[in-house]
Order: sequence, then C-alpha cells, then structure tokens
Amino acid sequence: MSLLQRLYAPQAQEPGKGRLASAVLLSVLAAIAVLVPLLNLTVPADSAFHVPTYLVSLLGKYLCFAMLALSIDLIWGFCGILSLGHGAFFALGGYAMGMYMMRQIGDRGVYGNAELPDFMVFLNWKELPWYWYGFDFFPFAVVMALFVPGLLAFVFGWLTFRSRVSGVYLSIITQAMTYALMLAFFRNDMGFGGNNGLTDFKDLLGFDLQSDNTRAVLLAATCVALAGCYLMCRSIVASKLGRLITAIRDDEARVRFLGYRVENFKLFVFVLSAMIAGLAGALYVPQVGIINPGEFAPANSIEAVIWVAIGGRGTLYGAIAGGVLVNYAKTVLTGVIPEIWLFALGGMFIAVTLFFPKGLVGSLPAAVDWVKRRIGKRNPPASSSLAEEPGQ
Amino acid sequence: MNVTGRASYSESQLYVDGVTVSFDGFKALNNLSFVVEPGEMRAIIGPNGAGKTTMMDVITGKTKPDEGRVIFKGDIDLGKRDEAAVVALGIGRKFQRPSVFENHSVFDNLELAIKSDRSTFACLFDRLDADRKSKIESTLERIGLAGERDQMAGKLSHGQKQWLEIGMLLVQDPELLFLDEPVAGMTDAETEATVELLRDLRGERSIVVVEHDMAFVHALGVKVTVLHEGSVLAEGSMDQVQNDPHVIEVYLGR
Ligand SMILES: Nc1ncnc2c1ncn2[C@@H]1O[C@H](COP(=O)(O)OP(=O)(O)O)[C@@H](O)[C@H]1O
Ligand SMILES: [Mg+2]
Repeated sequence: MSLLQRLYAPQAQEPGKGRLASAVLLSVLAAIAVLVPLLNLTVPADSAFHVPTYLVSLLGKYLCFAMLALSIDLIWGFCGILSLGHGAFFALGGYAMGMYMMRQIGDRGVYGNAELPDFMVFLNWKELPWYWYGFDFFPFAVVMALFVPGLLAFVFGWLTFRSRVSGVYLSIITQAMTYALMLAFFRNDMGFGGNNGLTDFKDLLGFDLQSDNTRAVLLAATCVALAGCYLMCRSIVASKLGRLITAIRDDEARVRFLGYRVENFKLFVFVLSAMIAGLAGALYVPQVGIINPGEFAPANSIEAVIWVAIGGRGTLYGAIAGGVLVNYAKTVLTGVIPEIWLFALGGMFIAVTLFFPKGLVGSLPAAVDWVKRRIGKRNPPASSSLAEEPGQ
Repeated sequence: MNVTGRASYSESQLYVDGVTVSFDGFKALNNLSFVVEPGEMRAIIGPNGAGKTTMMDVITGKTKPDEGRVIFKGDIDLGKRDEAAVVALGIGRKFQRPSVFENHSVFDNLELAIKSDRSTFACLFDRLDADRKSKIESTLERIGLAGERDQMAGKLSHGQKQWLEIGMLLVQDPELLFLDEPVAGMTDAETEATVELLRDLRGERSIVVVEHDMAFVHALGVKVTVLHEGSVLAEGSMDQVQNDPHVIEVYLGR
C-alpha cells in the first residue's frame, strides 16, 4: 500500500481498551485542572514546585490543539473522512471569541473609540458592520463559536456528501475551503482586522487576561471542555450511530443497501466535529492573545491531521495524546533548531503511517508485550511454571 | 415477449419490464423482462457477464435504467428511488463479494441490519429492545453462527461471512430478497448447508437467487430464468432449461 492509500484505509483499533485509557485521560485532565493552577498561584515563585505562568498558558494551548485533534479523529478515525480543513473551523471559533474580546476593549484602544475597534477606526469606518452586532455579549459569542463552524460544515457537507464526493477529492476540497477563507480574512474590507487579525485583548468577562488567576481559570476551563468533548465523543462512538459510522468507513455501499442514508450520518458527524474544533479555537485565542488569518493556512490543517496519525487514530484518546505530545516536541525542537521542525514532523508522519499505522497509543500494547518478553528472557519464568502446576 | 403467459402483472411481487442499461454503448441489459410471484423462489442463472449483477443494481436503485421500468408489488415504480428508499420498501440484497462489516462483531452486524428506524437521531439514542435482541439471537441460530456471536466478522471463514450476510438480510425482514452468488467460493459442505438454509426460507418471502453454479441451482429445485447477453434466454424448470437447445448452445458452445 502506498502512503496515500494508507491514509484512506480504515484503521480499526481493538475495542475494549477504551475504559482504562479513558480513566487515565480523565484523571490526568482533572489533575492538570487542579494541580497546575494550585502550583502556579499558591506556591512561591522561588520554590522548585512553582509552575510559571507561561507554562500554564502553554499547557492550555496544547490542550486546545488536543481538542482539535479529537474532532479530527471523530471524523477521520471513525467515519473515514480525511478532512484537511479542520483548521478553518478552529479559526472561525477563534475569531468569534476574538470578536467578543475586541468589543470588551471598549474605549481602552489606542484611538479611544468606544464604538469601533481600533482597526476599523484606522480604516476610517464610521460604524460597526452588522455582523459584529451581538458580539458584546459573551453567550452570543460562545454560541457563534459553535454555530458558525457548524453551519460552514453543514453547507460544505451537504454539497459534497450528497453528490458522493469522497476520498482524496474530498480532502482536496477541504484544503481549498480553508485556503479560500484565509484569502478572504486577509482582506481589510472583510472587517476582521485583515492581515493583523484581532489582538491587544484586555479582558474576558471583566477579568484581566494578563492576570495569573484568569490564566489558571482558562486552563481549568479548557480541561473541563476537553473532558466533556471526549466523553461526548466516547458515548457517540459507543452508540449505534457510532457503530454505523465505522461501518460507513469500512463499507459505505453496504450501509446504503441496509437502508441508511449515509450522507445524513456523515453530515451529522462532520458538523459535530466542526463544532468541537470551533470550541477549541474559542478557548485557544484568549490563551495566546491573538487570532489572525494565518490560522486558516492549509498547512495548519495538515499538521493537525499529523498529530492524530502520530497519536493513533480511531481511539479518541490517541488523538489527544498526539495533539499534546507533538506540540510539546515542536516547542522543544523549535527552541533548539527551528529549521528542522518541518522535516522532523514530516519524517515522523511518514514513519508512523508506514510502520505504526495504529499510532503511538495503538502500538503501545505491542511495545509493552515486547518489553515483557525481553524481561522474561532475562529471568526465565521458573517459579511461575511451578506455581501453575497444582499437582506438584 | 410474454414469458409467463400471465394476463395481469398487478399481483406480481416484481415485474421487470423491458429494461435496458448501456455502459458506453455496450448493452449490459437488453430489453430484459421477467416476473417474480409473491412468495416465489426463483433462480437466475447465466454465464459471467450475462448481466445478473447489473440487473440487481437496477432493481435495488444503484443503477438507473436507460429504458424500461421495474415495478414492485404491482404499482410501485422502483426506477425513481435510491438505495435507502428501495430497502425501506422491503427489498434486501446480498452482494456477490461477501460484504459484512469486518470490524464489527457478528452480533453488531445483525444489530445494524435489523429492521428499525433508520434516521440519524434514532440511531444516536437507540437501545436494543428485547424483541429485536431475541430476533437476532434466533437468526444467529438459523444461520449457524450462534457460537460466533461475539467474534469479529472479519475473522469468519468465507462461508460463514456469506451466511452472516444472509442473516443480515433476514433480520431486515424484506418481502423480496436478492442473493448474488451465495455459494461462490464455498466448500461442498458449506454449499450443502446453504441449500438447506435457502430451502428452509422458501415460502416465507420472495427470493431471487443469482448463481452460475448449475449443481447448486439444481439442488434448489425451483423455477429458473436463464440470462444471456442482457436478456432472457429461457425460463422453466431446471430440467426444461437444461434441454433447451439455446441454453445448451450458450453453455456448451463457448
Ligand atoms: N459499471 C460498469 N461499467 C461498464 N461495464 C459494466 C459495468 N458493470 C457491468 N458492466 C459490464 O456489463 C456486463 C454485465 O456484467 P454483470 O452484470 O456484472 O454480469 P454478471 O453478474 O452476470 O457476471 C459485463 O460485460 C460487464 O463488463
Ligand atoms: Mg455478477
């Protein structure tokens, strides 16, 4: 099988391993949500146990990427749709939250204009465009962070799934979608800050974004949201609908001849997945302090798919592990030799796709077995074989 | 061509009326007509390339006919419907290549197939009730896979996969069942068991079995339609068609 074929081949994971992994994942998320803020806020800065604030936000950022990876795994690992445009949904969610935080700035901008964000004053705009209405209101922005990516996914999916576009063709169209959005958001007259995007945020719900407390709460909120999305995805893949979408992944024609409208199921999962990606983007922007059209770059979406491939698709928890670990590696590597990162990522991707198609978590059981066997060889199991023979 | 001699088709289970399908000018089906009666089991035979699979594609909504009509139960035109709509009317189909969901257990394959609300949200919140569960269990007995209940379908033998797929059709409870080469690739013992299974199903519902294995069709002992180059060459009992000079020419003259 070629590299490309492998990407579209179903990668079924052994069922039954999910429970332990879920327990581990949820415990780790709970621990991060509680311990990291505690160690940041209550432990003095000179203590060895102190967690610096930059690390709090870095962790939050990784977990947002993990949530994006989770959304991709739901649609790719379970439904077989390789979307190379999920970065667009992430960015749209981010813009929705960014717009809210722009409105929160009020008259504290450089131009001191209470009615308009700075970039609009700079462009000589006289009034707020209609699509900015409502973004003063936090719940509205949150709903939009879910609704806009969901709507885009719905329209996109409705057009493609009904005409039975799939495989590589669909992947290419998703790339085109995010590229087109990037070009659109680069334009100043779109009213989203053009090239510079949205930035210089001051606060969220009245809380100062620079304060340690706000950052700690954002991290905890990200943990809770990720855990919630994970549990929701788990219950979906464990439902009859979940078994059906994996059946679609494995043999779409057969599912049609069982009387199911395959396009509706794909549409449901695609929209849901886009909304999770949007939520991830909405949590990401306050923690990094900026959203710009670069987030729509086609390469971003491809990178996110690589996290899932490396972590292990078709498991949900593997995608989360991939999102965190690969981005941690990126932080470390780009700190040392920045030029090498893209090569390292590409290399890892190819190696995993060719040699470990189940990804890190999927290959873990085999690795554990291998280690056990190595240890077993060194210490022949003399005692255990005696114990197994009750007659002796 | 009046092959059955019936005056009216209004009470027929399926009426294929002058269907033609061309692929790039090549007529895979050429003015094909035949009738299946309610509760009847029919065998359709014909050499490779005769158009058997294409005929099924047309009836089940996968391929649209260029000419002609397919009428279900006297007055339902299948020509305008897609696969899901055709299934909803009560028509089931087993593929030529065994196609079961390899990454699902035998039980789950039947659960996905069993007659139930096919809408997206119904599937999201579906809980298997006792009725459906016992129907699945009894079907497992019937197709001889009770012992393989929790095994992944991909681990089954070729013959077992064919039976599972037949089981997936039975739990859909269709009125009309199409089986495309159900014994292809089976061992003799498996073929015999399949004959038993199909005989057992006789009369329950209308069944159309497509085969090119003559011995198997003989063993079924039902009315036979011989297809050749996209149209009906002969129709009758197995003994009749075997002695038909056209059939002898097509099968032996090749
Ligand atoms: N999608 C298609 N495109 C072109 N030719 C086809 C297609 N499907 C079937 N055919 C041709 O139509 C003829 C009938 O095929 P088929 O129905 O599969 O025959 P059978 O099932 O009796 O062996 C064959 O010659 C085959 O090559
Ligand atoms: Mg065929």
